[in-house]
Parts: sequence; structure tokens; C-alpha cells
Amino acid sequence: MAAAVNPADVFRQEAAELLATLETTLLDLEAAPNDKDLVDQAFRSLHTLKGSGAMFGWEALADFTHHVESAFQKVRDGVLTASHDLISLTLASLDHIRVLLERPEQADRVRGDALLAAFADLAGTHAPGVKAAAHARPVAAACQTKVFRIRWRPARDMMAFGGNPLLLLNELRELGPCTVTPIVDRVPPLAEIDPAGCYLGWDVMVTTDKPRSAIDDVFIFVASDSELTIDELAVEDDAGAAPRLGEILVKRGDVAARDIEEELGHQPRLGAMLVQAGKVSGDRVASALGEQKHLREAAKVRETSTAGNTIRVPAERLDNLMDQVGELVIAQARLMQIAGGGSPLLKSIAEDIERLAGELRDTTMSVRMLPIGTLFSRFRRVVHDLSRELGKSVELTMAGEETELDKTVIESLNDPMVHLIRNAMDHGLGTSEQRRGQGKPETGRLHLSAVHSGASVLITISDDGKGLDRVAIRAKAEERGMLQPGQEITDAELFGCIFLPGFSTAATVTSISGRGVGMDVVKRAIDGLRGTIEVSSEPGKGTAITLKLPLTLAIIDGLLVKMADERYIVPLSAVEECVELTSKEDHRSDGRSFLNIRGEIVAFVRLRHLFEVAGAAPKIQKVVIVGIGQSRIGLVVDQVLGQHQTVIKSLSRLHDDQEGFSGATILGDGSVALILDVPHLVKFARERETATRAA
Amino acid sequence: MRDSNAIDPRATDGEAVQVLTLGLGGEIFAIETERVREVLDLIPITRIPNSRPFIKGLINVRGKVITVTDLRVKFGMPPMPPTAESRIVVTEVQVEGVPTLVGALADQVFEATELPSASMEEVPRIGMRWRTEFIRAIGKRGDDFIIIADIDQVFAAADAVH
Repeated sequence: MAAAVNPADVFRQEAAELLATLETTLLDLEAAPNDKDLVDQAFRSLHTLKGSGAMFGWEALADFTHHVESAFQKVRDGVLTASHDLISLTLASLDHIRVLLERPEQADRVRGDALLAAFADLAGTHAPGVKAAAHARPVAAACQTKVFRIRWRPARDMMAFGGNPLLLLNELRELGPCTVTPIVDRVPPLAEIDPAGCYLGWDVMVTTDKPRSAIDDVFIFVASDSELTIDELAVEDDAGAAPRLGEILVKRGDVAARDIEEELGHQPRLGAMLVQAGKVSGDRVASALGEQKHLREAAKVRETSTAGNTIRVPAERLDNLMDQVGELVIAQARLMQIAGGGSPLLKSIAEDIERLAGELRDTTMSVRMLPIGTLFSRFRRVVHDLSRELGKSVELTMAGEETELDKTVIESLNDPMVHLIRNAMDHGLGTSEQRRGQGKPETGRLHLSAVHSGASVLITISDDGKGLDRVAIRAKAEERGMLQPGQEITDAELFGCIFLPGFSTAATVTSISGRGVGMDVVKRAIDGLRGTIEVSSEPGKGTAITLKLPLTLAIIDGLLVKMADERYIVPLSAVEECVELTSKEDHRSDGRSFLNIRGEIVAFVRLRHLFEVAGAAPKIQKVVIVGIGQSRIGLVVDQVLGQHQTVIKSLSRLHDDQEGFSGATILGDGSVALILDVPHLVKFARERETATRAA
Repeated sequence: MRDSNAIDPRATDGEAVQVLTLGLGGEIFAIETERVREVLDLIPITRIPNSRPFIKGLINVRGKVITVTDLRVKFGMPPMPPTAESRIVVTEVQVEGVPTLVGALADQVFEATELPSASMEEVPRIGMRWRTEFIRAIGKRGDDFIIIADIDQVFAAADAVH
């Protein structure tokens, strides 16, 4: 069932990633034009793109990229600086390269030539008339590199038998970058030295993409006489996480962990301390330090090469896997139900399966998780281009890029977030002059942040612009009849108006014309992800828009509730507590549906009424208190049955008009239960109440 | 947007169409067999509060949640409580361009059969008791009329009336 891999597709995918990396590098470089590493990185990416492009038959792409690469060669040589103009030009070229990559037949030659001419102008040279032969040098596939630690102590008489340790060390060097540290602790006093004896040992760290056998081959003739250990070391993906000196020494057995702890209380550097204390020789520490440095560098290299320890899987297979895990969870729930009344043996197997299914579910979900940084970094380009277009200086900062979200959620977030960012930059942030007039720094700030909060992720887009215009929004809302003049309304409710269809923020909040898509589109997209939007804004200080999104769209924890013989799922993430509604309270609250929860007034909705359930309610009903944004509301049900692992099955398009349900799930007995969409349900209840009153 | 399988009496002259016939309000309806996935006995249907009248609810078909609809409502017939003969016909339809499995309640299911194209006629514009846009053609067998439903049209969600 594995689809045949088309090399052209692989190149296209890799090139797309290279372009994305390159874009990030360029934007970094714009902030730090003198960073040589970044220039090198950009050069390398361009070089790889050119090389593999030529190899896979993307001649035009390779040819074009060659000229961009040449410009960066000049930057590397110090002939050219990484000016804003160069960066912008290169970014524009990336777009052109993308077209050459994806739709070569649509590529605009004139535009390509214009870009190249601009490069030539910048570089002070003119585009060579002859077609520059792109070096079709196959770029070394970014193989998985490994780090080996070799401790080698040749036999004392090695040289006497014609061996030369230096030759072997040189052979090691040919395998890859080496860090060699001599160990001299067995060198005897001068009087006892045998001039032909070999007293030295070496610790060698080598990073190589060759297998271990290549190292074994180096020592093949001396291994039997030498003390030789070869260990493969784990390279952490994060350069900062390379092991600490003490850990390395302990792992090597050079020093006891106790000794290290003893010494850690003292200053200065651990290595110096250990040597001074006579716990370990100086060269051992030097060697360990070498290992540390070597590992750090190996990790860095791995970070920059995209290969890493990952494999590519078509997204579709992940979706299938998730579906199957979902069915497993359902089948497992049924098994639990049957096993509940069965033998202890069956019960224990059922429990094992429950645990395994739960773990499998978590693993599968984690596979689908992507750091939101992959999305955020796309916005740097948006902000870069837009700040030029609008003539506003804007600094984009980010936090929490490592926060993980389901890939489906991330994909669907792109458009709404681009819209919110455009909105903030267009309407929220002022020009440098305006900002100076208000006593603010000339450069506007746009901040993206992501943070976990329970089963949700909060994504905030905040600016330090002028804030939303309450008066204008209010006026517009009154004009449209959504608000009565003088009607009391909270800020959250007022700001909620900007997400209503046709409520053009452009017309009300600023005089700049809108872009054709309203905030209602953002709202709909976030609704589609079962998320919510909250807006907070302070005049003159700025606006923050927070998107609250579920971690995953596939499986949630739910609370199973019951009315008559109908069962429903309330997403547990929304549930705050459950209380009883005694018949006494029920009667007293007749007409005004409020509960007193520890002194706080909480309105409640009778799901029996809302869902038109036949029959009478039981004497004692339960109220499930759910939180929606800042407010709390009670849902009155007959019974709370307990927690339920809920595999979400979306409803077909036939239910598009249906408010109040976000999907359905299959219960342990095989029947279907609806999942309540709490915010929409409450909205629906309010509308219905208003309609009933009006009637 | 009729696909190549559409029953067009002019184009399919001389050929036969495989259909599943079912009873609905005393009439015989037919659905092309290639659109029918399976026929189920009546199983418990989960009601959806506040849904449109033609939507009866949801069922679980081997791990898939499928909407069950009442074609009677669509064709403007009075609703009837299900009987022991009632069946759910699971069909594959296009709902706003998305292939979707939809269950249709039938009073009874008769048989899978062949209808010669020659016996089919276009839907008369007038004199029909039901909404003609839901009917693809009318076949005749013996003295019986067989109404061939256009199920894509039946489930076109744009139809807000029902």
C-alpha cells in the first residue's frame, strides 16, 4: 500500500522546505546583517537548491538560483553587504523560485530577468550572457551522522613493531570531523622512559556518516594488542542539551558521581576543581571537554540539516491511523462494559487493553502534533512585506513557538491569523509619525504567543496600537439595531460585535477601507475548529485577540449526561463542576432560571426544554456548570453518568444548519450520542428565550 | 451536473438500469443500485434535537456515524411511525459536492431489479403530486409506476424548506 516515491516529488518537497528555511534565515539576517553564520546558512541553502535542482531536471530553477547564490558568495567574501535591499530582493526571488518549482510553465521570464538585473545592479556586475552552468554536483544526502568516542591506548611496543599511531589517527580524521585529546597519564618519569615505547593514549571524538565498522577497520591490525573501546554517543537534537562535563566523566567511568557532587559545592570550573582535587588528571578533563564541544557541534550540525531523526509520512496515513485508534477506543469501551460483569481474568485483560489503547491514543495524537512555530514563522514574511506596503515600521516578536497543536488545527489557523495580523497592522498600529505624536516608540510591536491551558491552547495576537474604538463600534452596533441606545454592555460583548457578518471594522474603527473579508470569516474559521475568540483592548495601549483552541480535533474527554433515555456528551474541558438541583430549588427558580453557587449567581438552561425531551424530569436533577469565556452557565440534566473517552465523529453537511452540536460519538453499547457545542448551545438558548419572550 | 450514470431516457435507449425498489407511502420508488451501499433493519436512531423535520437522527454503521433521513417528508407525504417492515437504505450521495453516506427510511424494500430504459419516461412537468426536481424519471412495469428518485437533489442541503 506504500505509494511509489517519485524523486521529483521528493525534490519538490525538499525544495519547499529549503525555501522556507531560507526565508527564515533571510529574515534573521535582516535583523543581524553582520552575522556570518546566517550568511553561510543562506548560501548553503541556495547552493543545495541549485545543486539538487539541476540534478532533478529543474534547469531553469538551478540557473536562476545560481545568480542569487553568486550574490551571496559576494556577501560571504565581504564584497557585498546583506542590506535591506538585498534581503528584499532575495525574498522576491524566493517567490520566483517557488513558481519555477511548482509551475515552471507559468514562470514569468521577464520578472526573472528583472530580478537578476536588480541583483547585478546591487552587486555591481552584470548578468553573464552565457548560461552559467549550474554545478550539478550531487549534494551529499543529509545522512544521519553519528558521533563515536574512541579510547585508544596502543600497546607499549606498537612502534617497536613498526606501527605508527599517527597514521591511524589520520585515518580517523578522514571519516569526519575529529576532536583528538592525548592522554599522557602513563608517561613515566624521564629516567624510566623507553625511547621506542608508546606511552600515549588518545581519546578521539569523531562525527561521521559512516557505520561503526569503518572505525573498526581503522584499528583492525592493532585491536588485539591495544586497549580500545568504541562507543556511539547520542547526539541530542538540541545543541544546548549536550551532556554536561560531569555527566560525561561519570559515564566514562573516569570519576565517581559522588566525587563530582562533592566538588560541585566549590567554585570555579568543575574541570579545574576536579584536577586540583586530584580526582582526575588534567588531560582526562581536557578530553571530556573536547567531547562536550564535539557533541555540541554535532548537535548543531544536526539542527541545521533538516534530515534529523525523522521520517516523512503522508498526512493521510496519520489520519487513517487516528481513525483506527478511534475505533479501537470505542471497541475497548464495549469490551470494558462486557468485562465489568465477567470473570476477574477477563477484567484484567480488559484493563490491560484499556491502558494500551489509552497509550496508543496518546502516542498517535502526539505524532499529529506540530509546534506552532512552524505556523508563526510564516507570519514573519507577512509582517515584513506588509510593513513595507503600509510604510509602517513593525517589530514582530513571538513566544511559545514550541507549543504543540494538532496539525489539522495548525493548517486551518493560517488564514484567520493572517487576517488578524493584517488587521492589527493596518488598523491597529499607526505610522511612525502618529506613534511619535503619541509618545510611543516609532516601531510598532506585534506579538504572537501560544500557551497551553488545560486541554486548550491559547494563541494571542497583540499589538501596541491605538486599540479598538468603543464609541465607533457602539455607534455601528446601535445603527444596525444590535444594541439599544444606552443599553449596558460589557467590553467583551461589545468587542464581540466586530465578528458579526457585515460589521466592517474598516468602516467603523478606522477610515481605511476593508479588504473584502470581514472578521466574521475569522470567527467562522475558529468556530469550525471548536475554538473561541476573546478580544481585549485598551484605548491608546493596544489590542489583544486571544484564540482558544482545542488541542486536538480527534478525541476529547467528555462528560456523559442523560435526559430521559437520551445521552449527550459535554466536553470536559468546558465543565467546571456539577451540582444538584433539588425540586425545591427547581420550583423556587421557576420563572427566573438562576442558581446561587457559593454566593455567585449562575444562570441555567434546562436541556430538557431546549431539546424538547418528552416526559417529566426526575425529582432531583443535576446541573453541569460550564465556563464560556469569562461567564459561567448551568446546564440542567437528569443525570450525570460519568467521564467518557469521546472519539469525535463529525456530522455530515446535512447538519450545517444545526447549532448546538459539534459532532457525535459512539458509546460503549454501540449507540450514537451527540456532543454538545457549549458556546453555540448557550447562544441558541438565549436566542430562543428572546424569541419566546417577544412572541 | 448530471454524471454519466444519469438516467437519460434519450441516451440510454435500449439499455437497462439496475435499481433497488422500495415502498414509500404506498408508491414504488427506485434508487440506482450502484448508489446503494447496504440495506439495514431498523436500529435505534439517535434523535437530533431541533433538526430539520426530514432528518430522523443518527445511527452507527460499523463505527461510522450516518444520518438517517425520512424521504416521506422530502416528498411531502405525511410522516408515519416505522413498522416491522421498515428498512434503512444506506446510499452514497453528493451533499454540496462532498460524497456522503446517508440513510433513507423506507416503509419496505422490495427487490433489486432491472428497468429497461425503454419503459422510462421523462417526468411530466405538471400533474405530479411530488416535487418534480427530486425525480429523475418514471418507469413503468405492468400497471405500476416506478418513481426513480434523484437522490443527489433530494439531499441538496440548499433546500431550506424542509
